[in-house]
Amino acid sequence: MDHLLEIRNLSIDLPRGKKLPPIKLVEGIDLNINKKQNFGVVGESGCGKSITCNAIMGLLSYPLKVGKGSSIRFQNSNGMEQEIVGMAPQDLCKIRGNEISMIFQEPMTALDPMYTIEQQINEALSFHTNMTKAEMHDASLEMLKKVKIPRAEEILRDYPHHLSGGMLQRVMIAIALINNPRLLIADEPTTALDVTIQAQILDLMNELRESYDTSVIMITHDLGVIAETCEHVAVFYAGQVVEEASVVDIFHNTAHPYTEGLLRSINSLGNAKKELYTIKGMVPSAGNFSSGCRFADRCNRCMDKCKTECPPLVEIETGHKCRCWLHIDGAVEEA
Amino acid sequence: MRRFGQTIKDLWRDPMARVCIVGIFLIIVTAVMAPVIAPYEPDHMIAAPKSAPAPDYIFGTDNYGRDVFSRVIYGARVSLWVGLIAVGIGAGAGYVVGMIAGYFEGWADTIIMRIMDILFAFPSILLAILISTVLGRGLGATMVAIGIVNIPVFARTVRASVIAAKGLEYVKNAQSVGVKTFNVLVRHISPNVIAPFTVQSTLALSGAILTEAAMSFLGLGIQPPDPSWGSMLSEARAYMEQAPWMVIFPTIFIVITILLFNVLGDSLRDVLDPKLKL
Repeated sequence: MDHLLEIRNLSIDLPRGKKLPPIKLVEGIDLNINKKQNFGVVGESGCGKSITCNAIMGLLSYPLKVGKGSSIRFQNSNGMEQEIVGMAPQDLCKIRGNEISMIFQEPMTALDPMYTIEQQINEALSFHTNMTKAEMHDASLEMLKKVKIPRAEEILRDYPHHLSGGMLQRVMIAIALINNPRLLIADEPTTALDVTIQAQILDLMNELRESYDTSVIMITHDLGVIAETCEHVAVFYAGQVVEEASVVDIFHNTAHPYTEGLLRSINSLGNAKKELYTIKGMVPSAGNFSSGCRFADRCNRCMDKCKTECPPLVEIETGHKCRCWLHIDGAVEEA
Repeated sequence: MRRFGQTIKDLWRDPMARVCIVGIFLIIVTAVMAPVIAPYEPDHMIAAPKSAPAPDYIFGTDNYGRDVFSRVIYGARVSLWVGLIAVGIGAGAGYVVGMIAGYFEGWADTIIMRIMDILFAFPSILLAILISTVLGRGLGATMVAIGIVNIPVFARTVRASVIAAKGLEYVKNAQSVGVKTFNVLVRHISPNVIAPFTVQSTLALSGAILTEAAMSFLGLGIQPPDPSWGSMLSEARAYMEQAPWMVIFPTIFIVITILLFNVLGDSLRDVLDPKLKL
């Protein structure tokens, strides 16, 4: 397996009892994540980016389930391939926090108010290593210094409510990276922080990624964050990948009308007087998807075909995939 | 432990709670020291049957001429003991079962909660009678029966708190770090369950004492000649007109004890509810 993580035909079901077929919240996701790659996932709220990542961790909350025929294969540090879908809970615990870790959106609530920072870092260590208390203390201290926390010795004895949001996010990153994972999933890590702290956290993550050789999946709805940090991007819309390309192609060679819309909605300092562009309409709710293209109702270049047939995800250039009829006819002719 | 100390301190600041703690403490002392405090043996005849309260026997005597005061004091032992053990059984089993149902959901939840619903559907006294008929008479059976009756209430309380806690970000974070399920439950979810659980325990304690009284009244609880507040009422039933003191004094003690536990439970809820803290 060349890739660190291979997601094949992933679907996530919301069961509706025995008689009705399950609602597919996410469907037909194929993603490859390379070693040391910074992979961006963009999309509106509720398009399935977070649950996709929860599925990678094996942490889907009840009653969500990974659908039939899905496969998530992960290459662990011994070079062995492991199938995450259907893995036993005790094996999953060994992967979580050790091979794959995660950073959450809200640093203020992501740490348990009952325990000190040191206790929470130790928790991550104690389940994956055989360190003694003193060794864990040294390791935590070193890690906090790496995430550039001042007064690390004192901070270790503090409770989460003593720290600010930016500090807590640094602690979260420390906890996520302390076991040197091969894959870090960052679920909107900067959304809850103010912009100056955002920039610091992103810089920190970029720095650490290089020194740790970790791949990162960066989930966000902020294209600025993507431009800043990622090499390859997948755009999610209504539970599907609609466009996947290198970050340069996404910004300069945009193929899908939805991505175009997203790019046009970015606000910038120069055009403060102009009204902000919005994509008209709303994301269709899961279970109400039409048989055609899911973006058809909101698309300004919608054709008749779009309303009846869902376009497949096709490679329109090397490394640039798009799910849109506008580009498929050309691709078909070439093939 | 620091939190426990803080809780007690906060509780002490509430005058109602202070009264309750002192009151409950006195009742426990009375129960423990019964042989010292009680002037007579609870099953000795000391005067003519149904004598009215007098300086020698302040609560009067019952239909066999036994001292009602001594019997009430010895009865406190049974009532408190039953309350403690029954709530222990109910709370312990309810906690485990509620945790499992709330954390795993799915079929485990369905099976457990449907069984709880069935238990819940019976009036508690009826269910207690049913269980103790199966288990046989006597104090032990009564305690187990009352304990089982209490399981569903605890299971529901715990389950609801677990489900709420499971959605908390730090619980998800702990899972994503690779913390094992058992440790997640103990370290991160339990602290969220403790507050409603403690309050439920004090309420259940008074309920258990009341149920024991009711069962002894029906002749299923403690067997004569041992006294419990309920069984004393049961015996007094026939002499209510000639010797009202036989009814009045055990009743006063039941009412006071239950009131103390209920009010304590209320104050405890106020103290433990983080939303009411400034």
